[in-house]
Amino acid sequence: MGEFKVHRVRFFDYMPSAIRAMAFNSRTERLAVARADGAVEIFNFSDNYYQEKVIPGRDGRAVEALCWVGQRLFSAGLNGEITEYDLENLKPQYVIEAYGGPIWTISCNNQGTHLAVSCEDGTVKLFEILKEKIQFQRNLDRQKSRIISLSWHPSGAQIAAGMMDMIRIFDTETGRATHRLLVERGVGASKSREVVVWSIAFLSNNTIVSGDSAGKVQIWDGLMGTLVRTHLVTKWDVLALAVSQDESSLIAGTSEGTIVQFQFLSSTVDRQDRDHEWVRTRTFKNHSHDVKALALTDTAVVSGGMDTQLVVHPLLDKVEKNTQEAAQRKIAFPHRSLVGCAKKAGLLLFQFPDHLELWRLGESDGNDHICCSALSPCGGWLVYSTVSSVRLYKLQHNNNISVNKVRPQQRIIQLRSVHQLCFSADSSKLFASSSQSSVVVVALNQLECKYLQTLRHKSGHSCPTAVAIHPTTNNLISVHADQQIFEFSLQQKEYTEWSRKLQKQGLHGLWLKRDTPVTSVGFNPKNPTHIILNDTFMFCIIDQSLPLPESSTILYNQMTLRSLPAPERTRQSHAFKICKNFQHVLSMSLLDDLSLVVVERPLLDVMAQLPPPVRQKKFAT
Amino acid sequence: MVEHGDIRVVHRGGSKIDFRQPVITNDSRFLLCASGECVKVFSTSTEECIHDLQGHTDLVTGVLLRPSNHLQVYSCSIDGTVRLWDFTDGILIKTYVIGCPVYSIYASANHEGVIFIVVPMLGDKRSELFQLVAVHLPQSGDQLVESRELSAVLSNVSSNPADIAFGRGGEYIASAKGLQLKVFFFKKQKSYEFSLKEDNKKGGLNTFTCVACHPKDDCIATGHGDGKIRLWRNFNHKKEYTYSTLHWHHNAVSSLCFTPEGTNLLSGGVESVLVQWRYNQESQRDFLPRLGAAITHIAVSPDGALFCTSHSDNKITIIQSCVKVSAVIQGLVKGDVQTDLIVDPRSKALVLNGKPGHLQFYSLQRDKLLYNLDIVQQEYIHELGLEQFEVVKAAFDASGTWLATVEERKQKSAELEVNLKLWAFDEQTQSFVLNTTISAPHEARITAMCFRQATDSQTTMLVSTSKDGHFKAWQLATPAHTEGPSWSCDFVGTYHGLVPECCCFSADSSLLAVSFQEVVTVWSPTSWELLTTLSQPPGAIRDLCFGRLSCSKYLLGTTAKNLLCCWNLLTCSLEWSTSMDISLLLADPLSENMAAFCCQAGCTDLFVFKPSEPRPLFSHKAVCSGTVTRAVFAPREKMLDSCEENSQWLNRSQLHFLTQYMDLMTFTTKAEDDRLMASSKQLVIDDSVAMTPFYLLLGKHRHQQQENQDPMSSLSAERTPLPQSSVAIKELLQTPAHVLPSTSFLCSMFVQSLLISVTDLRSNHSERHYPQMEKTWNSGNQQHLFQENPDDHQMICRLHLPQLRSICT
Repeated sequence: MGEFKVHRVRFFDYMPSAIRAMAFNSRTERLAVARADGAVEIFNFSDNYYQEKVIPGRDGRAVEALCWVGQRLFSAGLNGEITEYDLENLKPQYVIEAYGGPIWTISCNNQGTHLAVSCEDGTVKLFEILKEKIQFQRNLDRQKSRIISLSWHPSGAQIAAGMMDMIRIFDTETGRATHRLLVERGVGASKSREVVVWSIAFLSNNTIVSGDSAGKVQIWDGLMGTLVRTHLVTKWDVLALAVSQDESSLIAGTSEGTIVQFQFLSSTVDRQDRDHEWVRTRTFKNHSHDVKALALTDTAVVSGGMDTQLVVHPLLDKVEKNTQEAAQRKIAFPHRSLVGCAKKAGLLLFQFPDHLELWRLGESDGNDHICCSALSPCGGWLVYSTVSSVRLYKLQHNNNISVNKVRPQQRIIQLRSVHQLCFSADSSKLFASSSQSSVVVVALNQLECKYLQTLRHKSGHSCPTAVAIHPTTNNLISVHADQQIFEFSLQQKEYTEWSRKLQKQGLHGLWLKRDTPVTSVGFNPKNPTHIILNDTFMFCIIDQSLPLPESSTILYNQMTLRSLPAPERTRQSHAFKICKNFQHVLSMSLLDDLSLVVVERPLLDVMAQLPPPVRQKKFAT
Repeated sequence: MVEHGDIRVVHRGGSKIDFRQPVITNDSRFLLCASGECVKVFSTSTEECIHDLQGHTDLVTGVLLRPSNHLQVYSCSIDGTVRLWDFTDGILIKTYVIGCPVYSIYASANHEGVIFIVVPMLGDKRSELFQLVAVHLPQSGDQLVESRELSAVLSNVSSNPADIAFGRGGEYIASAKGLQLKVFFFKKQKSYEFSLKEDNKKGGLNTFTCVACHPKDDCIATGHGDGKIRLWRNFNHKKEYTYSTLHWHHNAVSSLCFTPEGTNLLSGGVESVLVQWRYNQESQRDFLPRLGAAITHIAVSPDGALFCTSHSDNKITIIQSCVKVSAVIQGLVKGDVQTDLIVDPRSKALVLNGKPGHLQFYSLQRDKLLYNLDIVQQEYIHELGLEQFEVVKAAFDASGTWLATVEERKQKSAELEVNLKLWAFDEQTQSFVLNTTISAPHEARITAMCFRQATDSQTTMLVSTSKDGHFKAWQLATPAHTEGPSWSCDFVGTYHGLVPECCCFSADSSLLAVSFQEVVTVWSPTSWELLTTLSQPPGAIRDLCFGRLSCSKYLLGTTAKNLLCCWNLLTCSLEWSTSMDISLLLADPLSENMAAFCCQAGCTDLFVFKPSEPRPLFSHKAVCSGTVTRAVFAPREKMLDSCEENSQWLNRSQLHFLTQYMDLMTFTTKAEDDRLMASSKQLVIDDSVAMTPFYLLLGKHRHQQQENQDPMSSLSAERTPLPQSSVAIKELLQTPAHVLPSTSFLCSMFVQSLLISVTDLRSNHSERHYPQMEKTWNSGNQQHLFQENPDDHQMICRLHLPQLRSICT
């Protein structure tokens, strides 16, 4: 494989943003995650948890809650607006002002006919969901204090609302409050402080579960309005609750970073129908900071919070052992490259939500956040895309860099929602992969750029995560979320021999088991048979001249190969040469002088920038 | 050779009471626990041992109340039998012969006539694998019943009784071993297995240490090596089982127990804290700290009022409603005994290591701990793996006015720390007071230490030998500038740089013998002159002993090369020697006798001999298995007057020794046995009388009476037939209340009958018939009545008496 001179770049101080809210759509298996910077990300759980879509945020648009209504996604925030997203074009479709001050939460009934939002002014507002928009219907009885949390009864006839020091149950027909459940305050010094009911769940058997700032998870009888049981879970706040679809399990996220599971169990094993009770069972500790958002899918606990990581923790009693599903996943970094590299010129481009850095290249204009960017190998072109547009710049760098904006001659409709952008090696073509599983090719000459053709992917089932054009053979390599690799000949307009062979034989089991997608594809300029791939935890050189690994061979064999004698080494080596020396790699590219640029972002550095977590008593301290 | 004849080796005092979980009886009055080869019955209120249930011929491994009769108790033993006892009277009712060693016993009210026992897998004693089997107890009137029909329930279980528990109403049984929990449902005949991973991320140990089942709900609590408690639910599913985790203990949980109603869970471990978890609200818990030593077992009385915890220092604590320690039953503390066995010349108590850092004074006569003397005077930290100061040597002078102790702390990194402390007996406080502390008396470990038997003209002297090659003599001196006399070094001796191992003063204190590996040096303690050297290579000297009384001219020594030598100090030559592997040589301070424990083929033999005579006085083959390294001659309070040749050596003092399993054993003669039996019989009669209202009413008469009568006549009196009047009362009490005539009519009759009996028989023994009546139901010759419904009778008495008494008054 040879050796490379490595530039280890650690000055890209990219900081992911905290997770604020989460909504899981069990029909489409999509999870929507809202971050503190207003960005909304959509993960496809059926496609290897791939971060399928990112809707960039906007300054001043903090999302406080998310809600799926069928295929439609709504969000509400403290700016008092309800937003529906256009998931095709990855931008807000429309925004409606609720006129109730900041909105704390948004919730849809099971029937999908109404949205309820809870406002700072003490009102719960019902909106009717229409085909293209939503329409205000009415207010429920106005309360004296702000309403923090909402939950519909599955029948849609009642709404439970959590507020300061109490829970109210409303009848949605009449709009009247039917019950008032007083929530006890904390003990000791916090007695004088109001208790906030951060989260609430209304179950079909009329049980109400609440999580509050005194650290309690309380089970209430919603018919009688009485407290059934109190579970003191933490000394700090219980911030989020989530209930499984069959209402047999419930999880609560706390400020300590723990998630506590409760299960609805019968006290005796042989009489399954009687004496069911909510019993505290497991505790998960996957976060260092507040767990602000939770979702409970059929097989896993999904959680996110202040520490910016999205954690998918499988429930071992619901999944088969030793499968892809049974592995815990922590998604710390975006599934796309935020770094561009000009291979010939040796320039690096860092992408931040609100600006680009190319040795400090100018700021982007407008309030829209940047979605993706690329730098041509020669260093002469720079392209980035926001929600509304794709912008192409020409760079001239003699001594000082100057930027000229290039306007495309004709509107390229396909270049609207772009996932990935890249240039061909001779900087004459720009490739863009879009969310409809298609690749758009744009040719650039010195002054203008023109749209050439769209390549529609045949398989179409899994999102491409990285694409590249081979500089000499003009083959297009695409790597997908399900870890598959394809090589497509642009000349013959068909898959190459190697690609067919790979598909026929199948990839190695361990390769398919990796849980981060490949974020970039590159080539060795000195050896055309080498393809260079990388994900967050490894980088890999695929040597197309060597035999593919059998399922029985050891995939990660670089260390053992090194210790073997030369003839043995050639016999044992296979096409996938994998190096795991680097951790948390954001980008990796091979320059023309065979030196390797590795941009790392150690997770510890990200953690160091987080605010200190809540104080916890540790044993023996 | 003289054979041992009617002398036998017995457990007399000081056996383990923390070996197995104790049992509290239904009325919370008695506590039963396995102790050596017997089951001891203690009173929960007075802490006294009421009687021993004797009959097993090997270690008792379990005690269990019979579910169908709460006045009977099962015990199981390594000897391959399960015995059924009446514990109130200490009567053996039945013996079931199983035929292979039994390690623990379980039963449930749901399984009538069946007990569950843990036996070795292949039926032989050395097997490492155990199985749980069900035994159907045959219904038969015989005292000795063969029940060898075993049906396997679970295979590969742990032999630790805490690892198996019956679930709600005996519907299932849970067994844990290693990292696996098995639950077997009897109705469905189906078992489920749950495994934990070897180790979790933080390095805790996930192995199961104990199991307890909730009495009402289907919830199994398991304790783990890392101190976690898991509460398992839904365990009738292979996959959808679930558990929650409680974590307070920082070391392994050694015992778990649910209270009878299941409202609380009790747990304990090495922290010596009893933790009470509220069931279903586990964040609320109560603690009872400072229980003294690691908790090994927890038991709760059937009414939930009393808890009791066994501790690793051979102690049982009885706790009232988890707040107050109401009684402490302390046995002989047998941790890691490092000191020799010593007898305190004043109190005649056995002295050895007690609680950590303490010396215990244990009265062998009364089988009771007298007190603990704090030697180290430092807080003991209850944590595994900590190196703390330990008492390793102790010695008394002849009169018992001085006590010398050596304490050590060995740390891996630092040097050895040694302190020599001298304690003076204070007449006023009747205890030892620290006089002098000598830190680092030697540069290395002290190997031996002895006092000179001071006669009037001589000052007290202590000699210590050490691995550093020196022996030092310490003397009490009165320096001018200090208030009291204190100890200081008087002489340091060496011999060719060899390491001294033993030292010994002759009986008249005129000679000091110090052994330096193969050489015995004899010194004059007055002039510190080396008088002579004796040597019998090869092999270093292991033990040194001067003869006493008529044999004081002899010096005996044992060597590591299996040689027992006897030197004549007058001729300075070897008198005789014999080849035997002696692990311990001991001289009786009150006679010329010497005892030698000899290790042969894994067993220890005992020889008692006089140095001047060629023939041993007594020999006993295979006293116990393993080597004996600690023994002592304890002087008797009252001399025996046995004239049989082979038991004469036991007349003045009694020989006690510690086996390798830390069991304290001794020798008794037949005469002694008989005497003890007679006295214990009487004790049983005195204490086993139930505290019924009858007793309260009439007990004091009986006491007065007994004072006037000698024991023999009272024994015979109890067997006389019942007087006529008591039959009438019995009839009255046994008739159902609804068929009785009106109470007014009855009352006068009843009172009259009482009056007659009191006036007629004041000087006689008639008042005793009420308590005696109860006794006869339980006594041995009326066993059938007892087995049918023993408690019905009592129940009637208790139901009717208050009523009758209110009528009478």
